[in-house]
Amino acid sequence: MCAGVYSLEKKFYGQTLDLTKILPYGDTLNDGKIQLSFTLPLPCNDRSREAAKILAGKMGVSSPQIVYEKSLVEEFTYYIVYGTLEHFVDYTSIQVTDMDEEVFTMDETDEFIRQHIGRKIVVVGASTGTDAHTVGIDAIMNMKGFAGHYGLERYDMIEAFNLGSQVDNVDLLSRAAELNADVILVSQTVTQKDIHIYNLTELVEILEAEGMRQKILLICGGPRIDNELAKEVGFDAGFGPGKFADHVATFIVKELARRRQINLRISRESAVIPR
Amino acid sequence: MAGNKINLDGSLVDHARIIAKEIADDVQNYINRHTTVSVERAVVRLLGVDGVDTMGVPLPNILIQQLNEKRGLTLGSAFYIGNAMLELQKSPLAIAGQVAQGKINILNLPIHNRREIRAIVMDKACETIALIRENKAWRENFITEHGDQEGQLLYVIVATGNIYEDIVQAKAASRQGADIIAVIRSTGQSLLDYVPFGATTEGFGGTFATQENFRLMRKALDEESIKLGRYIRLCNYCSGLCMPEIAAIGALERLDVMLNDALYGILFRDINMKRTMIDQHFSRLINAFAGVIINTGEDNYLTTSDAYEEAGTVLASQFINEQLALQACIPEEQMGLGHAFEINPEIKNGFLFELAQAQMARQIFPRAPLKYMPPTKHMTGNVFKGHIQDALFNIVSVLTDQRIQLLGMFTEAIHTPFMSDRFLAIENAHYIRTTMKDLGNEILFKPDGIIENRAREVLANAYHLLERISQDGLFKSLENGIFAGTKRQMDGGKGLEGVIEKDPEYFNPFIDLMKRS
Repeated sequence: MCAGVYSLEKKFYGQTLDLTKILPYGDTLNDGKIQLSFTLPLPCNDRSREAAKILAGKMGVSSPQIVYEKSLVEEFTYYIVYGTLEHFVDYTSIQVTDMDEEVFTMDETDEFIRQHIGRKIVVVGASTGTDAHTVGIDAIMNMKGFAGHYGLERYDMIEAFNLGSQVDNVDLLSRAAELNADVILVSQTVTQKDIHIYNLTELVEILEAEGMRQKILLICGGPRIDNELAKEVGFDAGFGPGKFADHVATFIVKELARRRQINLRISRESAVIPR
Repeated sequence: MAGNKINLDGSLVDHARIIAKEIADDVQNYINRHTTVSVERAVVRLLGVDGVDTMGVPLPNILIQQLNEKRGLTLGSAFYIGNAMLELQKSPLAIAGQVAQGKINILNLPIHNRREIRAIVMDKACETIALIRENKAWRENFITEHGDQEGQLLYVIVATGNIYEDIVQAKAASRQGADIIAVIRSTGQSLLDYVPFGATTEGFGGTFATQENFRLMRKALDEESIKLGRYIRLCNYCSGLCMPEIAAIGALERLDVMLNDALYGILFRDINMKRTMIDQHFSRLINAFAGVIINTGEDNYLTTSDAYEEAGTVLASQFINEQLALQACIPEEQMGLGHAFEINPEIKNGFLFELAQAQMARQIFPRAPLKYMPPTKHMTGNVFKGHIQDALFNIVSVLTDQRIQLLGMFTEAIHTPFMSDRFLAIENAHYIRTTMKDLGNEILFKPDGIIENRAREVLANAYHLLERISQDGLFKSLENGIFAGTKRQMDGGKGLEGVIEKDPEYFNPFIDLMKRS
């Protein structure tokens, strides 16, 4: 099966980077090379291998190579496939809400709060619903932090309350109201059957019903969460893998300062409107 | 790798055990004076009460709730069940059915002679005891006949939420070489104060632990075991608010391995410490009697605390867990004390520290089937690096002769394992087990080298920690946040209302029957 892996044919690929036609990169620009693996509920034989190839073809992989196949158990076969992708994307037409690229250090964040907000900000965090995983919320909030990034508890100008895991949405909100929270952080690790979507949406709905939504900066995070998803379910921001307390804190302080500016302007403007 | 290879201070180990015993004795003192609603529900389950009412409420809950209304549990549920058996001439199950229908209140029946009550309950209890003995004998006979897997038992999880789908996955994993199938529970089940009923097909991040699910999976694995000529062990989670009940149904359905650790529930599920310590003791008695290997949850401390700095807390907790297990008559061969490969991969010589910790645990608990957990905290979603991290973990498992090797999945932190993930994990472990089979026996550690010094340092830290815990007692120490950096209040957390002080006449037939053997 390995005979075909090294192709001696001369290849002709476009030599220039065309942002309207972005293809995966193997070892040559625009070669479109990708790797994928999957299991089919079929016995390991020639016919099943053909099925795997056809499937790869339907994904847009031309000349797919099955480099490895293995019967996992009768009626189930695992395939590793390499091939050339025919699909491309037009990079120039993509619109995303860019998160601010600049990230403050802990000291910079503390200083920013002193200058622009002038008081400690209160952050309440929890892993909500039935989700028992604390690793995410701990990474952001605990004194120790994660991978060398200190958690919010260590910030001088942030009062951080980590409520732990399996916190009911209603309990989280009553605690947040009690503590006069500026920010609520929600961590969701379990995403099976989209339970996280349900949990997050419910929190937004309760907040709105209680008339608290505008008063609180609402942020979620987790391995399967990104900013797009967060906005879609009604949060102000979402943080996925590779984001640390620094990212979250930077967003919090800038956004709070921005809102404060707007509020000041509104109150000034409303003060001069003749009645 | 047998024998002592790291030069540890034996007298320090002995001292640590003595202190740990003092800590455990202190807790045991409290345990002995109390029972809980879930202990009593386990008792009635062992007396044959099962099923649900028309609203789906489990009969053991209905029965124990009625008994608890007028402090009936201080004498033990077995007392009132026995009394009702004499008065109504019915089985415990039939009595529970009548209570559920609102036909009787078993606290209001005329009280019979105490000796006769005890006798009739003992007879019924002995039937269950015989059944559990048969289960244990079945397992032992099978293993004697076919031989047991030497070295590591490869432990993989299934977690589809649907017991029938779990069975497909479990059978596939068995054929690929898994020795232990652990059915992960639905997230949140630990906080339910009842055990769901019947076969279940919906769960979140796992499958509900129910007696019927246990039975279905054990039956499927028995078929596989016979086909493969190799006993496939079944693991579930005897933790949370229903510890003793899960142990009871596990004993009835011949589970083989149970996570069974109160500290885990206290720290990670905020379950009240008094409640769960009492629950743990009775559940461990049942597991001890049923020949079930218990797994402890020290590995989980390291998912929140730093594995390098907090290594001593893992060892200290293992010492305490060992003594608490001995209080519940668990033989060393059934003590699956937990630890983990969780040191940050960026730390220089991290692998050496992992090796030191694993070898040290092997030497300090030579007969325990140590449960070794793969990297989870520092798995990043880079599956290719993850596969290497798992390989390093597998190497330490083989070199230091860990018994229960939880296989790492390279897709950790992404999803619950695919069938192919499990295949790759088992293939990885088999490869290392074969190619490094006797490497452990060839290695001697350099005296005063990095590995030996690290092991000594961890032991010393554990010893000092035990000294501190023994001054305050375990409960107080937990309030101070001694483990996993988590503080828990003695009267906080979930389930305290289910704790009941025993009357001097308290009666639970299973404590004596199970301790006697």
